[in-house]
Amino acid sequence: MKKEELPQDESALKAMTRELLYVKDKEGKYTTGLSTGWEVKKAALDNAWDDIKERVEAARLAVKNGEKSPVYYFMELRLMDFPVLSGYTGFWTFNIKRHLKPAVFKNLSEKKLAVYAKAFDIKVEELKNFKG
Amino acid sequence: MKRIENKGTGSLKKATLEKEFKHIQTAHCENGATTSLLRYHGLDFMTEPLAFGLGSGIFYIHIPFLQVNNGPAISYRSMPGWIFSRTCKSLGVKVTRKKFGNNEAAAKAYLDQKIKEGVPVGCQVGVFNLPYFPPEYRFHFNAHNLIVWGKENGNYLISDPVMETVTSLSEEDMIRVRFAKGPLAPKGHVYFPENVKPVSKEVIQKGIIKGIKRSARDMLHIPGNIAGVDGIKYTANHIRKWREKLGPRKAGLYLGQVVRMQEEIGTGGGGFRFLYAAFLEEAHAYIPNDELLSISQDFTKVGDLWRASAVQMGRIYKGRINNEQADFVTCADMLLEIADLEKQAFLKLKKLDLD
Repeated sequence: MKKEELPQDESALKAMTRELLYVKDKEGKYTTGLSTGWEVKKAALDNAWDDIKERVEAARLAVKNGEKSPVYYFMELRLMDFPVLSGYTGFWTFNIKRHLKPAVFKNLSEKKLAVYAKAFDIKVEELKNFKG
Repeated sequence: MKRIENKGTGSLKKATLEKEFKHIQTAHCENGATTSLLRYHGLDFMTEPLAFGLGSGIFYIHIPFLQVNNGPAISYRSMPGWIFSRTCKSLGVKVTRKKFGNNEAAAKAYLDQKIKEGVPVGCQVGVFNLPYFPPEYRFHFNAHNLIVWGKENGNYLISDPVMETVTSLSEEDMIRVRFAKGPLAPKGHVYFPENVKPVSKEVIQKGIIKGIKRSARDMLHIPGNIAGVDGIKYTANHIRKWREKLGPRKAGLYLGQVVRMQEEIGTGGGGFRFLYAAFLEEAHAYIPNDELLSISQDFTKVGDLWRASAVQMGRIYKGRINNEQADFVTCADMLLEIADLEKQAFLKLKKLDLD
């Protein structure tokens, strides 16, 4: 890629930094250039976030309809999968999957709820009282 | 957040540091940490492409049955931590690393002690709670690297290699990012070079040769079909099936993930291939074999093709659901062409007589 071809599209990086890329100068030698972003990857990131929002909304509805426990909703909201949530809580994936069932969640100890609340960075009350 | 304005490679002098610490912006965080730390210790020849080449950073792997952020697990570089370790090893630099399990207090005390001693320290962190990252970029990615080079008014002074300027982190935020959990959890991991002695040109030359040969070996001969140039073919074959298997929408999201792994901040563009081309060009200054320049051109071409494949994938996922199987076939064919060109380039590197 030539330096003058380096895309300068607007992206979410704006608030943080321009990114450094390796490009060719006019003599054909490598140099670095700064870019504000590239619309091709911005579209990929935007799509990923649209998908996340849809997943969170679907999770909210699942809690509302009594199909899933609030753990499921906050897991999606915090972009967590089982390995990540397992890392933050210390619970086995097998147990987390059980805790996604409303009937099991209802009987969770305060201690376990507190662990989840801490992992999700919310108060225990928020977790307990989330109705979707 | 307090941001200290200091553009580009501005010099920073703290009373606690022996010398001034220079913030250097790089494409990739681990290359950057390696470059800045070694330069701080007097190895002025160190650059990002050199760190990437000595550390054999270039790679490709597509891990099957594993999902990352609900998409395919693909990487264009070698394992986190290896670039720093290998680069230091090839230059005869001793590395100290420390992890702290769950002991946050010990991790904090150790970092504070090192700063007091005037030692800039590399830190592995998770980006999910990294406050200066834009929210759109905060995923549970735990192998980001930054350098802590001082402390002021209770805040850590941070040189994040992917940023144009230096920044800072509160003690609380620092603990959170150092003790992010999940895959590749940093566990407070810190690292720094020690007893750095001057490095001769011969040692650098040897390191370059070793780095090149190791990359060629990894890309051409790693067993199995998911890594190296075979891994690129593996992805191509999957792309062919994605639309039918996952439906148009999810298949598009998967392609988006490929493009992000390849082009997002930290790669230098073209899935690190431009960075590798820059390394080969720089290697020529140490080992004046003109083939290095011609193979560097090959990697530039490969990088351009990776970018072109991203554009083609972008056409698909921008349309969301209005995509056709033929578009996926085009992408897959482009990746096969890339795999072939990379194979030729690495074969040339493998056969290259640099001694």
